[in-house]
Amino acid sequence: MAYKLNVNGHIRTVDAPGDMPLLWALRDILDLRGTKYGCGIGECRACTVHLGGQAVPSCITTLDMVKDQPITTLEGLSADGTHPVQLAWEELDVPQCGYCQAGQMMSAAALLAKNSKPADKDIDDAMNGNLCRCGTYLRIRAAVHKAAELASAGATRSAVPAARNHE
Amino acid sequence: MKRTENNMMLARRSFLKISLLAGGGVMLGLTTEHDAEAQGRGGRPSAPPEPQNFIQVAPDGTVTILAKNPEVGQGVKTMLPMLIADELDVDWKHVKVEQAPFDEAKYNMQSAGGSTATPVNFMPMRQVGAAGRALFVTAAAQTWNVPPSECTTASGRVLHKASNRSLGYGQLTAKVAALPAPNLDELKLKDPSEYKIIGHSQTAIGLHDIVTGKPVFIIDMKLPGMLSAVYERCPVLGGKVVSANLDEIKKMPGVKQAFIVDRPEITNIPLHYPDLVGGVAILADNWWQAQMARQALKVTWKEGPAASGSSVAFAQRAAEMNKQPPQRTLRADGDVEAAFKSAAKIVEAAYSYPFISHAPLEPQGAVAHFNDGKMDIWTNSQQPGQGRRLVAQTLEIPAEDVTLHMVRGGGGFGRRLTNDYMVEAAYIARQAGVPVKLLWSREDDMGHDYYRPGGFQYLKAGLDSSGKIVAWQNHFISYGEGEQFVSSAAMGPTEFPQRFIPNYALYASVQPLGLRTGALRAPTSNAIAFVIHSFLDEVAHAAGKDTVQFRLDLLDAAPPVAAEPAGRGGRGGFGPPGVNAERMKGVMHLVAEKSGWGKKKYPKGTAMGVAFHFSHQGYFAEVAEVSVDAANKVKVHKVWVAADVGSQIVNPSAAENIVQGGIIDGLSELMSQKITVEKGRVVQSNYNQHGMVRLAQAPPEIEVHFLKTTYGPTGLGEPALPPILPAVANAIFNASGKRVRSLPFSDSHFSWA
Repeated sequence: MAYKLNVNGHIRTVDAPGDMPLLWALRDILDLRGTKYGCGIGECRACTVHLGGQAVPSCITTLDMVKDQPITTLEGLSADGTHPVQLAWEELDVPQCGYCQAGQMMSAAALLAKNSKPADKDIDDAMNGNLCRCGTYLRIRAAVHKAAELASAGATRSAVPAARNHE
Repeated sequence: MKRTENNMMLARRSFLKISLLAGGGVMLGLTTEHDAEAQGRGGRPSAPPEPQNFIQVAPDGTVTILAKNPEVGQGVKTMLPMLIADELDVDWKHVKVEQAPFDEAKYNMQSAGGSTATPVNFMPMRQVGAAGRALFVTAAAQTWNVPPSECTTASGRVLHKASNRSLGYGQLTAKVAALPAPNLDELKLKDPSEYKIIGHSQTAIGLHDIVTGKPVFIIDMKLPGMLSAVYERCPVLGGKVVSANLDEIKKMPGVKQAFIVDRPEITNIPLHYPDLVGGVAILADNWWQAQMARQALKVTWKEGPAASGSSVAFAQRAAEMNKQPPQRTLRADGDVEAAFKSAAKIVEAAYSYPFISHAPLEPQGAVAHFNDGKMDIWTNSQQPGQGRRLVAQTLEIPAEDVTLHMVRGGGGFGRRLTNDYMVEAAYIARQAGVPVKLLWSREDDMGHDYYRPGGFQYLKAGLDSSGKIVAWQNHFISYGEGEQFVSSAAMGPTEFPQRFIPNYALYASVQPLGLRTGALRAPTSNAIAFVIHSFLDEVAHAAGKDTVQFRLDLLDAAPPVAAEPAGRGGRGGFGPPGVNAERMKGVMHLVAEKSGWGKKKYPKGTAMGVAFHFSHQGYFAEVAEVSVDAANKVKVHKVWVAADVGSQIVNPSAAENIVQGGIIDGLSELMSQKITVEKGRVVQSNYNQHGMVRLAQAPPEIEVHFLKTTYGPTGLGEPALPPILPAVANAIFNASGKRVRSLPFSDSHFSWA
């Protein structure tokens, strides 16, 4: 069956069965391989994407469940790494192997979209679904705070676009 | 305690090799006279010297440094080029790093294991960089007709201050290519005070690709015409396919091929199972289709002798074996029986730990293409050379016809030291005749690992009237056959506290297993540290002593040791001389000071615990501050780590990250990880049954302190992990009065708060 998916702001057509997990449609059909497979049961959340603005595990989200909700993947945060979450992850040198980090960053971005200044407890609640086998949690928590700072600084800057052009 | 730097690579004679590159660049590398030992493992004669290439400088000044070892998250792709770049005296931000090709004739061993990359490479990688710098200095000095001694370097340029002239390295490449190579032994290396890159935090190479979701892992690879493969193995290790409904499978959506991989029947439980076991391969246009077809797969197996294995039976048999005389004596110092008879106090305890799975987050996989008699394999193996030999042997093709391409691994932890999935991919790709990406499901991974071996230890210690340990006995019950242990199960005869107690006996008994086992991060130590340093804590309490002081007193009880060999991935317990007491006391004092040991007053239910352990050349002492509530819910508030891994931390950012990761990894092992077997089958199949610490459960603070000593730098991937298990176990005892002697603690009804 042909599904029209709104992925990272583009309408893409996927001809696949309705029970195919979004993860594999993204990776193997739409060639968006930033989203990772780790467990297939929603336990590790390496496959986290945004569906209608919510962080969801794409390994247990089927094409039938997507309907007309917009999808954002890591590639859709920004292609050049300029989303505050990506900037913070780079600045704090968060990853070790890096495999879980797409999911970590997507959970962080969804949190920050709702809560621009999360406390540790908010981060614990929002990020607890994402496993990191390398154990980079301390840096993940610090990077979420850092991303919140960068986002708020960026919001200030974008309020004066003329000045930004001269940077 | 000054000692000279001692290095495995320097045991070989090294020479510099200079090659001109197309386009006018220059390439610098080491030529090594291979020693017979390194080359002899594969049964081949010594290879003739060949160039090893590490540095490329283009005429525009671009510097490319090749990173030789497999990167699985340990940071080696950043660390090794940092060593070269600093001595070459170029700006790190202008250096491009590329993964070197797999070619052990050029690069010597290209592997990731045993925390060896730092000790093995610290000197030779710096020599490569220093040789490069010397060549550019010589070339510039000749150009200006001045003595090289008047020239300095900075940021990839040679400077002659007296005449205020300078030349970039890129401008000197043609001249450098014509120069004779400098003698490596005469090179002047930087004094550590001159380091600009080493010892300064650098973010990881490849970081930007990770945060932008670039395809950097095996799972992300695509080749034209490639099919995705799944491989169904018998749930009982070594089972053989009798029949399968292949005709039905071939009709499933997207399925292009399905076939049986027939392997010889296994009739007795072997000490080492073959890496390629029989099964059914299904190849489809994409992985999900292959996996869906697999759900309709019906295989009749001949399960073989491992089908009778069970964890319950293993434990029963271990308890029976402990009532019988040990099969073997691994070490006997003094007279333990006599010492126990005259001891004022005896402490006895039985400890055990389960099999556990590595479960790196990227499931096992490899891409293979067999074309025109040649095999190309894209691999994240931690031991690619061993994999190449295995593929060559299994497929009966010359190793020269197997080309490996090294790809970043989504975690290693020792799982990728074995090459079962490389040989599976190669076997399937040859039969399929098209490029194949084999990808395991998580269930494949957890059910077919080379598990950390479980074990049982029955300990007994004797104290004299002053509370000093006079005798120590351990009956270690493990798996194996005759005098051999299964892989990564052995306990070394010099494992601590051997040499620190006058009457010491280590006995061993084994039973057959029927599972594959292998090295998990800090192999052997990850289990032994929990047992030895929990029991030592029990003994300290029995002696009525402070548990830090008791350990320091014990460390004082042995004579000083001769300098240990560096550059080896040695575990504690194998070969001389074992623990250097002075170094361990150094980190014990530091961790006691940093944690404020004995100086804090805690409410009931909160306490500190301490432990140390020596493994993989690293000295680690750790203190955990822990709360335990009435429902046995545990919160680790803070961990202090004191480490002595020698004179230099190469990349502090990565060093701190991997130590913190080791602590968190250890906490997962402590609380929740256990693989069990029923009817020869592994029961657990995914992360929901083999838990990992999550963000909210991780200690909010892990303070890492490196004690710099004069010893050569050693590795960090492994030795931080082992002490955290007993440190937290001891803290739980101090906080709750409950001594848990069996891993994981969830079996004793503990959980994270």
